[in-house]
Amino acid sequence: MVETLIDNFIKEHEADLNTLPKYSGKDFSSDQDVRWCPGCGDYTILKQVQNAMPELGLAKKDIVFISGIGCSSRFPYYMDTFGMHSIHGRAPAIATGLKVSRPDLSVWIITGDGDSLSIGANHFVQLLRRNVNVNLLLFNNQIYGLTKGQYSPASPTGSVTKSTPYGSIDHPFNPLALSLGADGTFVARAMDRDPKHLKEMILRSHQHKGTSMLEIYQNCIVFNDAAFELFTDKKSRPQEAIYLEHGQPLVFGKDKNKGVRLEGFTPEVVELGDNFSKDDLWIHDENDKVKAYILSRFFDQPQTDGEGELRFPRPFGVLYADDRPTYDEGVNAQVEYAKVHHGDADLDVLLRGKETWVVK
Amino acid sequence: MVKKVNFGRTNFNTHLIQIMSTKDQIREDVTIRFAGDSGDGMQLTGSLFTNTTALLGNDLRTLPEFPAEIRAPQGTVPGVSSFQLQFGSREILTPGDECDALVVMNSAALKANLSLLKKGGTIIANTAGFDKKNLSLAKYPDGVNPLEDGSLSEYEVIKIDVSKLVKEALSDTDLGYKDIERSKNMFVLGLLYWMYNRPLDSTIDFLQQKFGKKKPEIAAANINVLKAGFFYGETVELFNSRVTVKQAELQPGEYRNITGNEALVLGLVAAARKSNMPLFFGSYPITPASDVLHGLAAHKKFGITTFQAEDEIAAVSSAIGASFGGSIGVTSSSGPGIALKGEAIGLAVMLELPLIVLNVQRAGPSTGMPTKTEQADLMQAVYGRNGESPLVVLAPKSPADCFEMAFEAVRISLEHMIPVMFLSDGYIANGSEPWKFPKSDDLAEINVAFEGPRTDEDSATFMPYSRDERLVRKWAIPGTEGIEHRVGGLEKEDGTGNVSYDPDNHQKMTNIRRQKRDNVAFNIPEQTIDQGVTSGDTLVLGWGGTYGSIRTVVHQLRKEGHDVSHAHLRYINPFPKNFEALLKGFDRVIVPEINDGQLVRLIRSEFNIPAIPINKVKGRPFGVAELKEAIESKLAAEIL
Repeated sequence: MVETLIDNFIKEHEADLNTLPKYSGKDFSSDQDVRWCPGCGDYTILKQVQNAMPELGLAKKDIVFISGIGCSSRFPYYMDTFGMHSIHGRAPAIATGLKVSRPDLSVWIITGDGDSLSIGANHFVQLLRRNVNVNLLLFNNQIYGLTKGQYSPASPTGSVTKSTPYGSIDHPFNPLALSLGADGTFVARAMDRDPKHLKEMILRSHQHKGTSMLEIYQNCIVFNDAAFELFTDKKSRPQEAIYLEHGQPLVFGKDKNKGVRLEGFTPEVVELGDNFSKDDLWIHDENDKVKAYILSRFFDQPQTDGEGELRFPRPFGVLYADDRPTYDEGVNAQVEYAKVHHGDADLDVLLRGKETWVVK
Repeated sequence: MVKKVNFGRTNFNTHLIQIMSTKDQIREDVTIRFAGDSGDGMQLTGSLFTNTTALLGNDLRTLPEFPAEIRAPQGTVPGVSSFQLQFGSREILTPGDECDALVVMNSAALKANLSLLKKGGTIIANTAGFDKKNLSLAKYPDGVNPLEDGSLSEYEVIKIDVSKLVKEALSDTDLGYKDIERSKNMFVLGLLYWMYNRPLDSTIDFLQQKFGKKKPEIAAANINVLKAGFFYGETVELFNSRVTVKQAELQPGEYRNITGNEALVLGLVAAARKSNMPLFFGSYPITPASDVLHGLAAHKKFGITTFQAEDEIAAVSSAIGASFGGSIGVTSSSGPGIALKGEAIGLAVMLELPLIVLNVQRAGPSTGMPTKTEQADLMQAVYGRNGESPLVVLAPKSPADCFEMAFEAVRISLEHMIPVMFLSDGYIANGSEPWKFPKSDDLAEINVAFEGPRTDEDSATFMPYSRDERLVRKWAIPGTEGIEHRVGGLEKEDGTGNVSYDPDNHQKMTNIRRQKRDNVAFNIPEQTIDQGVTSGDTLVLGWGGTYGSIRTVVHQLRKEGHDVSHAHLRYINPFPKNFEALLKGFDRVIVPEINDGQLVRLIRSEFNIPAIPINKVKGRPFGVAELKEAIESKLAAEIL
């Protein structure tokens, strides 16, 4: 049976998880100066990814970060792991080739709303559909930062930017609905301004087997400042954001006095008190795809500050998580099956083919 | 002398080939062409005739030609599918210019192919395909039937109502109309086997293997029809004579017949085994390269992984990802797909990782003519990326040569950590020839070493872009302790690999990448003269699929006393290190190409010599006569 250099390499280099060094977040920081703009949301995300790494239970040598192009895609240079800063939009395709050929590695894709929702949108949905066992962190700042301020496929309609002085016409992508539509098996959202929850979501992404799609609301201080302020500002957040927890009712509001209930398939915001109690509310079920899709549509709520109104909050946390066989497992199972069941890998038999003749 | 081995289980009528009536004539070479509607199974008929002919020990070359549409409008000229082969007892290097015999299953096939038939050649026409409806579909004027109006008087015309004879041969079966119609091609094949003294065994064996288990009635019907065709020839004696072509004097050894794409697949698998490396193949289907994906997908037990990607860019990107992880990353396409892969190939140049890019060229810009051949992607291969992006370009010269050059592509890519572009073309890819296949033990090992782990005691930081004397960096793969590092498409500082915008560094890196590519010249064979002398009056310089035509023409010219030699480039970028001196040993260099002049421009600009182009872009290879005429006219001109 064919055993290649890589088969042997993986065996020889298998990390002894009992004797892993006690890593700290700093151990994952490379010697390169971080060059994002002061105040950029990317800093927090970098910090939380670095903080999460020691908790993965993996040797540093087995972790790879792959990015495309854009501000966020400089990320791998700042991580002291293996990394590749590749070309625009293609990180999911590169990661697929890497993970399929090296299932022993923990592969992380760093991408932004431009990188994965426009130029790389095809690879983004194909990755989710195939369910390659990788983690994808989508830094969404609803703007093109590196090219200095054009609208992105995630920018709200009417966005006034350098390329849309009269406001953008495009209808924006809803990244979570798109991911669910592509049959993603792990769909979650976090924000740069809640580091604790962000780190929790990074760890959940790692734990999920299959493609983990974590959208991270990230503030671009230069070209799109305060795009997510409603959700990130401590004053408005309780009102405008809801943190999902599996098995728990959908409760939000400053005094935890609001909730969401389902009338058939129609969600409704209610005030807790005389008419409704927590027992009447929608209980979050991460494994329910239909409900996950309804949650993803809370995105349609206009982002205006209207305190006191009964409006849908923006959900954060894991909307959906499901087990489905991963692509890399399937591909490798076929190769292993062929190695065992399709006869000897005899090169001479292959070269000879079926019909030959001899010239003397 | 030929000894038959593996000739198949059945031995039906093998004795027939030994019977030679007085009418038999012996020929050195024969060219035949099967033509019919794209639903008539002409490609299969041609392939089966080819296999039988190869097993008989003739040398041969084939040219399948078919429309891009799976089923182009039935009965029309654009819907005609053809298969030509030349076989002989001498060295055969081209599928033949004009054919001796033309099989036409309908009137459109005649219309499309008559110009390719020699004067005095034989037409075997299925009269059922010349009814009113077919004649009108083929756009013959009302009331005109070329079989009846004397317009074919310069040819020997054999008219057979194949449909009717097949129906009769199968009258005692329960087969439906469609199945009966579908076996028409076997009748013609049987008839041709009779005409050219070929045994039926190999074809019967094929039919039994293909249909025997699942549809024994179909297998039996096809075999019956095949025999019916053979006996028809024997009984009716329609033909002036039977033709015998004796075995060719090939080099001693064991042979098989092989197409270019098949040989390419085997070359990749062999290189994977000889390097003991896994091979990852990321591809997106495209004519005429898809057979490489089909072929490799069947060889998983050799440690081959195939990935049918969502597009050309994902295909090459996945191969780069796999290469980063320590696999042989390979991607394939044809010209349009290579254009899409350009940016990613540039990334592989920057990363300095192995990558093999297979381009099975087709005709024209944009979508062009997908099923037709051309050599017009040479400039694209050498220069077609943004920035200075040097890589290695190799080109096989014939179907069987795809094996060796694919092996070489992998070897060079792994040994030099550099992308290699492999330029095949539709003619080589689908054409076939006898191949004296090597033994595994005769193939060289390819040695691969990954960068080793570093423990804390090794104080120096790992430098991903430190280089050896050939400027080649180490393959440092994830999973190796202590060498965690970052690579990317941004310009980098040599050694560390850190991002750098320093002007002098960019100049330095540009020079390094060029020199690194140029250093490959020290690791490839020197350019040889295929035929002729190493210096003299005229050199005909070719590359890729023009080999057979050029070799044949130069052979004839030399026999006629011309001082003409032939060299064929297989390593194009960088050129072999003796190449310039070799070119300058000739007063005149003529470069025939199936493009508008590409290698000729490279030669002129690189070596400042007035190389003379001969070009043709018709979606077909050079015919021997037309190439000879073109070269003769250049020879007649005064040397500048």
